[in-house]
Amino acid sequence: MSADVAVPGEVTVAHAYAAPPASWRLLARKPAFVAGAGILLLWMACAVLGHLIAPYDPLAQQLLARNAAPSGTHLLGTDPLGRDVLSRVISGARDILTIAPLATLLGAVLGTALGLIMGYFGGIVDAVISRIVEAVLALPVVIVAFLFVVAVGPSSLTLIVVIGFIFTPLIARTVRTAVLIEGQQDYLPAARLLGERPAYIMIAEILPNVLPVIVVEFTVRLGYAIFAVATLSFLGFGVQQPTPDWGGDIAANYGLLGAGYWWETLFPALAIASVVMALNLVTDSIEQVLSS
Amino acid sequence: MTEQQADAEPGPRAVPAAGPTLRVEHLEITYRVRGQDRPVVRDVSFEVGRQESYGLVGESGSGKSTVALALVRYLARNGRVSGGSISINGLDPLGLSAARLRDLRARTVSMVYQEPSRALNPSIKAGRQIAEVFQIAGLDRASSLDKARDMLRKVQIADPGRAMDRYPHELSGGMAQRVVIAMALAAEPALLILDEPTTALDATVEAEILDLIAELRRELATSVLFISHNLAVVASMCDRVGVLYAGELVEEGTARQVFGEPAHPYTVALLHCIPRRGQRKDQGRLDAIPGFLPQPGRVTAGCVFAERCSLAADECRTAPPPAFPLGGWHSSRCYRHSEVAELPKTTVYEGGEPGQTARPVAPLVTISSLSKTFGTGQNAVRALANVNLKIWRGETLGLVGESGSGKSTLARTLLGLIPPDRGSVLELDGTALSASLPKRTLEQLKALQIVFQNPDSALNRRRSVRWLIARPLRRLAGLSGRRLAERLDDLIRSVRMEARQLNLRPGQLSGGLKQRVAIARAFGGGPRLVVCDEPTSALDVSVQAAILNLLADLQAKEQVTYLFISHDLGVVRYLSDRIAVLYLGRIMEIGPAEQVFAGPHHPYTEALLSAVPSLDGKRTERIRLTGEIPAAASPPSGCVFHTRCPRRLASGACEHAEPGLDEVEPGHFISCHIPFGELRRLQAPGIAVQVKDQAQK
Repeated sequence: MSADVAVPGEVTVAHAYAAPPASWRLLARKPAFVAGAGILLLWMACAVLGHLIAPYDPLAQQLLARNAAPSGTHLLGTDPLGRDVLSRVISGARDILTIAPLATLLGAVLGTALGLIMGYFGGIVDAVISRIVEAVLALPVVIVAFLFVVAVGPSSLTLIVVIGFIFTPLIARTVRTAVLIEGQQDYLPAARLLGERPAYIMIAEILPNVLPVIVVEFTVRLGYAIFAVATLSFLGFGVQQPTPDWGGDIAANYGLLGAGYWWETLFPALAIASVVMALNLVTDSIEQVLSS
Repeated sequence: MTEQQADAEPGPRAVPAAGPTLRVEHLEITYRVRGQDRPVVRDVSFEVGRQESYGLVGESGSGKSTVALALVRYLARNGRVSGGSISINGLDPLGLSAARLRDLRARTVSMVYQEPSRALNPSIKAGRQIAEVFQIAGLDRASSLDKARDMLRKVQIADPGRAMDRYPHELSGGMAQRVVIAMALAAEPALLILDEPTTALDATVEAEILDLIAELRRELATSVLFISHNLAVVASMCDRVGVLYAGELVEEGTARQVFGEPAHPYTVALLHCIPRRGQRKDQGRLDAIPGFLPQPGRVTAGCVFAERCSLAADECRTAPPPAFPLGGWHSSRCYRHSEVAELPKTTVYEGGEPGQTARPVAPLVTISSLSKTFGTGQNAVRALANVNLKIWRGETLGLVGESGSGKSTLARTLLGLIPPDRGSVLELDGTALSASLPKRTLEQLKALQIVFQNPDSALNRRRSVRWLIARPLRRLAGLSGRRLAERLDDLIRSVRMEARQLNLRPGQLSGGLKQRVAIARAFGGGPRLVVCDEPTSALDVSVQAAILNLLADLQAKEQVTYLFISHDLGVVRYLSDRIAVLYLGRIMEIGPAEQVFAGPHHPYTEALLSAVPSLDGKRTERIRLTGEIPAAASPPSGCVFHTRCPRRLASGACEHAEPGLDEVEPGHFISCHIPFGELRRLQAPGIAVQVKDQAQK
C-alpha cells in the first residue's frame, strides 16, 4: 500500500468481491432439478440406445401372445399385434425426443431474432411485426398444424417446421419484452458511441443479457412441443405406424380400453406425462436459480 | 437549537416525561447469509432525547438503515437483533406481541424513506392515504378527510384541496415527499425516523423539505432520528450526531463538536473528501480515504478503521478501542483521538500549472440554435430552446440546473444519441457534426465520449473488464495484438486499477471500481471531449473524491475537454473552469466558474447556491424558490423563471418579454431583465434577508 500513497489523488485498488457461485452448481443443489434431469436423462438414453435396451424388437409381432397382460415375459404386456409394449415405449422415445427439441430450437432461434429486432428498433418496425405476430397467435395451433401436415404430408421434418413456426411468435414476444427492459440500460448508448452496428449490438451486447429469459422460455416450450408431437401423432399426422411412437400407440390401442387391455394405453401415456413433468421440474429450478 | 427546545411546549404524547424517547444500548444485529452469521451492527448505543434531533451519518454499508429498521422490527427475514436492547418511550419493541408492535408502529414511531413514490400506494388518492392514519386512530371518514386536508396544509402544499384528489404518480417528487411526511406526522408520533428523506430530490426542493421538517419539529415537539450520508444535511438538521463506520458508532457528539472538532480519523477523513467552498482542481486534489469499507460482517480484532487509518498503531490492530469521553456529549472510539487534528493528507498533489486553461483561438465545440422537442402537437415538450454554446479546448464546462432543466438532453444531442430539431447546428473544430451517429466520421466518433451516472447500467454485466476496455481500443483506436495489450495495460493503470482485475466482471467490482472501468472505456479511443453525466452521484463521498481526482488527473495528462453535468455545486466548482446554468432548456447564465459562484449572478443561480446546506451548520441567508420547476410542455411566458423568481420586477417586464443572454462582464453572460449593477446591489450580503421578507408578503 505504501508504494501507492505517493500517487497523486489516489488510493490502493486491490479488492474484488467474491465471484458468485456458478449457476449450474446452484442447480445441482436443487432436488427437483436432480429428479427432473434424471428422468430426462433416462429417456434420452432410451432414445439413443433404445434398440440395445429393449427386450424385444418393437416391430416383431408375436401372434400367439396378442393382448397379453403384463407378466414376467412381457413386463408391460403386449399390444393387439403381439408387440412388446415395454420395447415400444423405450423405442418410442427416439422420434418424439428428436422432433420436439429440434422444433423448439427452430422456434427459439427465429423467435429470438424477431424479438431482438422488434425490441431494439422499436417504432414502426416493432409495430408491423407485432401485428403479424398477434395475427399468427390468434390462429388455433392444432388446426394450423393439422392443415399444414395434410397439405405437405406427414414427416419428421414437417413436424419440426410446423411446431417451430407456431412457437416463433410466442418466443418473439417474450424476447421482445426482455429486450425492451435491457434497452433502458446505458451500455447500449455507450456501444453506439463506439460506432457499433445494430446487428453487433443486438447479438454481442443484448443477447447475452436476455439469454436467461430465452433458456427458461425454451424449456417451457419444450414441454409444449412434446405435447404437440404426441397430439399430432395421436391424430395420425405425426409419426406414422408401425414406427413405435407414444402418441401413435395410444391412438391405435385406446379403443381396447373397454375390453380391459389398459396396459397398451397407460404406459405410453405415462411416458408422455413423465417427460413433461420432468421438464417442468427442470424449468422451475432453472427459473429459480436465474432469478435469484 | 437548544433555546428552541426550551421554548417549545411539551408534546401531547410526551407521557413518560422522564427519560429519552429512544434509547439503544449495545445493539448487535446479525444477518444470516449462506448459513453463516454475519454481524453488521456491533455494540451501538445512543439516545434520542425528548424533542431532540439525532443524526446518524455513514457511507453505504455502514449499517445506518439497518439500525433504523431494527428499531421497529422491520429487519429482513435473515436479520435479527442478536444482542443489546432498544427502548422507545419505555417500550421494548423486541419483546412486544404482534398487536402491541402494530400499535407501536401506528402511534409511536413513524418512518419516512428515501423514495416517496415507493412509500405511497399508487392506486389510492393522496388524501385518502393520509386519512387512513386518522381512521385507524378511530375517526370517521368525513372528519378524517378534514384532518388529512389540515395535514396537507401543515406540510405547506400550495393547494391542499387539489392535492387530496391526486394519485401519487400525479405528484412531483417534492410534493410526494410532503405527503409522506404528512402521513408520518398525522399520528403525532413520539419518534420520527427519517431515512435519507431528501436524497432523491433536487437541491432546491431538498432545501424546502429540510426547512419544513425543521419547522414541523418545532411545532409538534417530535423527536427525530435523521439518517443520511450527506454530512452537510445532517450538520444543518441535527442537534447531536453519531458517525457510523462498518456497523460501529465511531464518534458521537453535538453537530458542532463532530463537524467542528472531529475526534475520529474516519470523521476527519470524510470531511476532507468533500470539496470545500471554493476548492478547485488547480489548487490541489481532494483527500480520498485509502482502501475499502470492510465487507459487511467481517470481524476485525482491533479498531474497524485501523486498516485504512494513517494514524493506526499496534494497539489499534489488536484490541477494539472503547468510547473515550471527550467532555460534554462528545466521545470517540479512537486511541489516538488527541492526534487526529493532524491526520496526514493521503494524497500528494504534484501541482499542475494553475490557470493553464487560457482560452485558445478556436472553440472545440460550437452549438448554435440547438433546440430539442419531444413529441408533437399538443404533447410537444421543448426540452431545449435555442441554446448557443461554445466549449473551449481543454476546459471543463460545468452544466448545472434542477432535474428537467435539459442538462442530459443537451449532452445527448451533442453526442448524437438523440437527434435535435431542424435548424440546430453542431460543430466540432469548425466542421459540421451530423446529428445522426452512424453518419459521423471515425474521427468524430473518437472525439466525443461519455461517462454515465450509473456504472451498473453503463457496463454490460456479462462482459469482462478486459472485453469492456479493449472494445474501444479495437473499434476506435484500431489497435490489435501486442499494441492492444500494451495500451490496455496502460489504460487500466491510468485509472489506478491492476492488470489482474481485467478478468473480472462488473458484478465483482465495487461501485467506484466500476466507474473507473467506465472512465477507462471513455478514454480508450483518445477522446477530445468527454461528457461526465453525474459521474459521482451514485457513489459514496470517499469514492467520489477518488473519482474526481482521477478525472482531474486524466484531464491534465490527456488535455481532454469535459462537459461536466452535476447537481452537486461543490463538485461542479471543484472541476469546472466555466459554468452554464440551465433552466427549462434555456441558458440562464454562463461564465467563468469563479464569477458565476461569487456573483453577482442570475437570481436562479443565486437560489441554487443558497439551497446548498453548509457543513458549518450555519443557516446562510437563503433565497428559497417556491414551488417546482414548471412543466416544459407549457413554459411560462416572458422570462421562463419569473414564476419562481424571488427578484421578479414590479414593472411586469419579466412576465412579458424574454430577456436576452447579455455579456455583463468579459465572458460572463446573464439572461435577466434586472441590470447587472442592480443585481450587484441586491445580492450584497445582508440585503438578501430583506428581499426574502418582501417576497413573503
